[in-house]
Amino acid sequence: MSDRVPTMQPHGEGLDLRPRTNGGDARSVTDKRLALRVDHISAWYGKKHAVGDVSLDIEANSVTALIGPSGCGKSTLIRTFNRMHEVATGARAEGHVYLEGEDIYAPGADPTLVRQRIGMVFQKPNPFPTMSIAENVAAGLRFMGIRSRSEIDGRVEHALKAAALWDEVKDDLKKPGMALSGGQQQRLCIARTIAVEPEVVLMDEPCSALDPVATLKVEDLMRTLAKDFTLVIVTHNMQQAARVSDHTAFMLAGDDGVGRLVEYAPTEEIFTNPKDERTEAYITGRFG
Amino acid sequence: MAVTKADGPRAARTVITGGRHIADTLFGGITGGAAAVVLLIIIGLFYQLIYRSWSSIVDNGLGFIFGTVWNPSQGMYGAGVFIVGTAITSVSALILATIVAVLVALYLVEIAPSWLARPIGYMVELLAAIPSVVYGLWGIYVLGPFLVNVVGPVITNTLGLVIPFFSGTPRVTGLLPAIVVLTIMIVPTIMAISRDVIGAVPGSQREGILALGATRWEMIQIAVIPYARSGVIGGAILGLARAVGETLAVTLVIGNRAAIADSIFAPTYTMASVIANQFQEADGPTHRAALLEVALVLLVMTFLINVVARLLVWRVTNGQRAVVVE
Amino acid sequence: MMLTNAASQARFQRRKFVDRGMTAVMALAALLAVIPLVLIVFHLLVNGLGSLTPALLIEDPNSPGRAGGGVRNAITGSVVMVGLALAIGAPVAIGCGVFLAEYGQNRLGTVLRFLVDVLAGMPSITIGLFMYALIVLPNKQFMAIAGALALAIILLPIVARITEEMLLLVPRSLREAAYALGAPRWKTVLTIVLPTALPGIVTGLMLALSRIAGEAAPLLFTSLGNQFTSTDLLRPIDALPSRIYSYASGPFDYWHEQAWAMSLLLVLFILLVSLAVRAIAGSKVTVRQ
Ligand SMILES: Nc1ncnc2c1ncn2[C@@H]1O[C@H](COP(=O)(O)OP(=O)(O)O)[C@@H](O)[C@H]1O
Ligand SMILES: [Mg+2]
Repeated sequence: MSDRVPTMQPHGEGLDLRPRTNGGDARSVTDKRLALRVDHISAWYGKKHAVGDVSLDIEANSVTALIGPSGCGKSTLIRTFNRMHEVATGARAEGHVYLEGEDIYAPGADPTLVRQRIGMVFQKPNPFPTMSIAENVAAGLRFMGIRSRSEIDGRVEHALKAAALWDEVKDDLKKPGMALSGGQQQRLCIARTIAVEPEVVLMDEPCSALDPVATLKVEDLMRTLAKDFTLVIVTHNMQQAARVSDHTAFMLAGDDGVGRLVEYAPTEEIFTNPKDERTEAYITGRFG
Repeated sequence: MAVTKADGPRAARTVITGGRHIADTLFGGITGGAAAVVLLIIIGLFYQLIYRSWSSIVDNGLGFIFGTVWNPSQGMYGAGVFIVGTAITSVSALILATIVAVLVALYLVEIAPSWLARPIGYMVELLAAIPSVVYGLWGIYVLGPFLVNVVGPVITNTLGLVIPFFSGTPRVTGLLPAIVVLTIMIVPTIMAISRDVIGAVPGSQREGILALGATRWEMIQIAVIPYARSGVIGGAILGLARAVGETLAVTLVIGNRAAIADSIFAPTYTMASVIANQFQEADGPTHRAALLEVALVLLVMTFLINVVARLLVWRVTNGQRAVVVE
Repeated sequence: MMLTNAASQARFQRRKFVDRGMTAVMALAALLAVIPLVLIVFHLLVNGLGSLTPALLIEDPNSPGRAGGGVRNAITGSVVMVGLALAIGAPVAIGCGVFLAEYGQNRLGTVLRFLVDVLAGMPSITIGLFMYALIVLPNKQFMAIAGALALAIILLPIVARITEEMLLLVPRSLREAAYALGAPRWKTVLTIVLPTALPGIVTGLMLALSRIAGEAAPLLFTSLGNQFTSTDLLRPIDALPSRIYSYASGPFDYWHEQAWAMSLLLVLFILLVSLAVRAIAGSKVTVRQ
C-alpha cells in the first residue's frame, strides 16, 4: 500500500501545498493527476449552514476518505461533489468543484451529465425494487440512451465481475435485486454505478449497513476499483479509512455547527502524525 | 481487471455542459396540464349549475334554502326539507361508521395476526366496491324488512318510550334504513384510509413505547393515534362526502316524501335522492331549474365540508402534541 | 417492570384489564364490519343465481311486463362507457398525480391538491348534471359519451390522489440512486418511481374501475338508457347499474329477479377484477421491505 501514497512535494507554482490545517487553501496533498478540485465549497439546508468553505484536491485513481464525527457534514460535502446535495428541498451550495478542469457548478453545467461522470453509492443499499439484478446494473446505461441488447449484456457482466458479484449471481440475473443479501445488494449498487463508467465514484458510508464479512469484501473491492476509478468514501470507521484510503480528510463541526475541513493529508500521516491536535484527539478516540 | 474500456460510455463524455433538458420541461408541462384539467372541471361544474339554475335562484331567493314546502305543482320550492334529510342521514352515518372503522383498522394493524387481518381487511374493502344500487336493492328487500321486524320494535320499546323521535311505526323505507345503508357504505372508506395511516406509524415508535412497559392499548393511544389522527380525519371526511352525495342507495330506501322526518322511521328525501327521483319527470323548466339549484346547494355543501375538513386537518397536523408517558 | 407496592400492582391490573377489554371491542367491530358483506353476497346468490341465465346475457329486454328477455343492452353499454372512461380518465389522472408528487411541494401544489380533494368529494349525481348541462342540453340528445365523460371525472381525483400518495411512498433513496446515475427527472419518474409505485397505482385504478362500473347516478341524465343494444357513442346507451335501479324500483317481480341477477353479475365482475389485479400487483410487491 505504501507505494500508492504519493510523496509530498511542493506544488509547481512554488507554493507550499503540503497539508495544512483549517480548510481554506490547504488542499493539495499530491502532485499527481487530479480527479476533482474542490474549491471553497459551502453548503446549506435552508438557513442551516452545514458545510463551510471546504477546499481540497482529490487525486485520480486513489481512494480518499472523509472522516469525522457524526453530523460534521461529511455526507453533505460528498453530495456536493456530484450535485446531489441540491436534490434535497431547500438545499443549496456555493463554490466550485472542478472535474478534469471543468466546473460542475458552472452556469451551463448539467447535473445529469455531472452525475454520469461522478457516480454515487449510498449508505443503505438501494437496488431498484422493480428490476432484476441484470436490469439494475443496466439501469444507468439505459438512462444514457444505450439500447443495444448485446452491448448492455456485455457491460452488465463486466460491471458485475468488476464488483466481484458475478460468480454469486450469474445464474440468477433475472431474480429481483432485492432478493440478494445486504452485502450483495451493496455490491450490486456498486456494479450499477460503475457500469456507466464514471471517472469518480463517491461512497457515503457504504459499509455501515453491512456485516463485518460483507464489509471486508466491499473494502477489498474499493482497493481494486481504485485502479480504474477515483474513489471518495465517507466513513465513520477510522480503521476502514486506514485500511482502504490513500488520503484522509478530517472534518469537524465548529461551535457554530458548521462543518469544516480540519486536516487533509496522506492517510499514513493523518494516523501516525496528525498536525492538528483536534485530529489527534479524534483518531485517538478522545472525542467523536 | 480493467473495468473501463476505450470505447466505453466514458469515452463518449468529455463535457458536462449540455442543454437543459427540454424533455424535463415538457414533462412538467404535460403533467401540469393534466393537473389543470381538475381546475377546469370544477369551474365548469359550478358555472354550469349556476347558469342552468339561475332562474330558480332569482325566483326563489333565500326561501329556497329555508323553506320547507316543496310542491312543484303549486310552484313552491323550499329545499330545506332535503337539506335537513341529508344532514341527519349523513352525520348519523358518519358517527356510527367512524367508530366502527377506526376500531376495525386498529384491530387489523395492531392486534390481528396477518392470516386473519388480510382476509378481513380485504372483505371490508370489498364492501366499498359494491355499487350503490346493489345496496339499494339489498336495502329494500332484505335490510328494510329486517329493520321493521327486528330492530324497529326494539327501538320503539326502549328509546322510543323516552324520545318521541324514536317512536312510530317501523317501515321498510325511511330514515333508519337510509342511515344503516349509508353507515355500511362508508365504513370501508374510513377503514381503508385509517388502516393505511395506522400501518404507516413507524415500528420503532411502537417499540419505543412498548419498551417503556406500556400495554398494547396504551401504545395505541400514545404512539399510534396521535400520529394517525389527521389521516383518520381525512378518511372520515371522505366518508362524509360520500354519504352526503350518495344517491341511488338512499333513493331506493329513504321513502321519498317531501317532508321533514318527525320520526326515525318516517320517509323523507335527501338532496341527492330528490334529484334522482324527480329530474327526469320534472314538471317543466321551473321545476328542472329548481332541481338544478338543489344540486348547486349540494355541491356548495360538499365544497364547504371539504374546506372545513382541510382546515381541520391542517390544524391537527400543525398543533404539536406533547407525548406524556407515566 | 418493577412493581414496588400494592398500589402500582392494582394499577397494573387495571391497565391490563382495559387493554383486554379494548382488544375485545376491536375484534367485535371487525366482525360487525364483515357481516354486511357476507349477507349481501349470500342474498345476491340466493336471489340472483336463478335468473342468471344465458338469455339474460344475450337477449335484449322484452317490452315491459312481458317476463323473460335479458339485459345484453345494459352489459354492452357498461363495457363501452367504463372502457371509454378509463381510457380518457386514467392518463389525465396519473399525469395529475405525478405533477402533485413531483412539482407539488409548494403553494401551487397545495392548492391543486385541495382542488383534487374537492372534486373527489363532489357527489356523482352533480357530475352527471354537469355533463347533462354541458353536453346533453346543447345537443338536445342523451349520449353515451356524456356518460363516459361523467364517469371519467369521477375516476380522475381517485386515481390522481392515489397515484400521488404512491409516488411519495417510493423511498427517496431510489430517486437519489437514479439521479446519481445521471438520470434526468422525467426518466427517473417514468422508469424508477412510477414502476415502483405501480402496484399501488394499479390498486387505485382497480378501486376507481369498480367504483365507476357501479355508478348509476351520473348516467341517469347523460346516457339515459336504451331498450336495445347500442355502441353508438352519440346515442343513448344502457348500463347495468342504471337498469338495476329502474328494475329495483319497478313494479314487476321478474324485474326484481333480474335486478338481483344483474347485481350478482356486477358484483362478480368487480370481485374478479379485484382478484385479478391483486394477483398481478401481488407478484410485483413480493420484495417490498
Ligand atoms: N436534509 C437536511 N435538512 C436539514 N439539515 C440537514 C439535512 N441533512 C443534514 N442536515 C444537517 O447538516 C449537518 C451535516 O449533516 P451530514 O452531512 O449528514 O453529517 P454526517 O454525514 O457527517 O453525519 C447536520 O447538522 C445535519 O443535522
Ligand atoms: Mg452521513
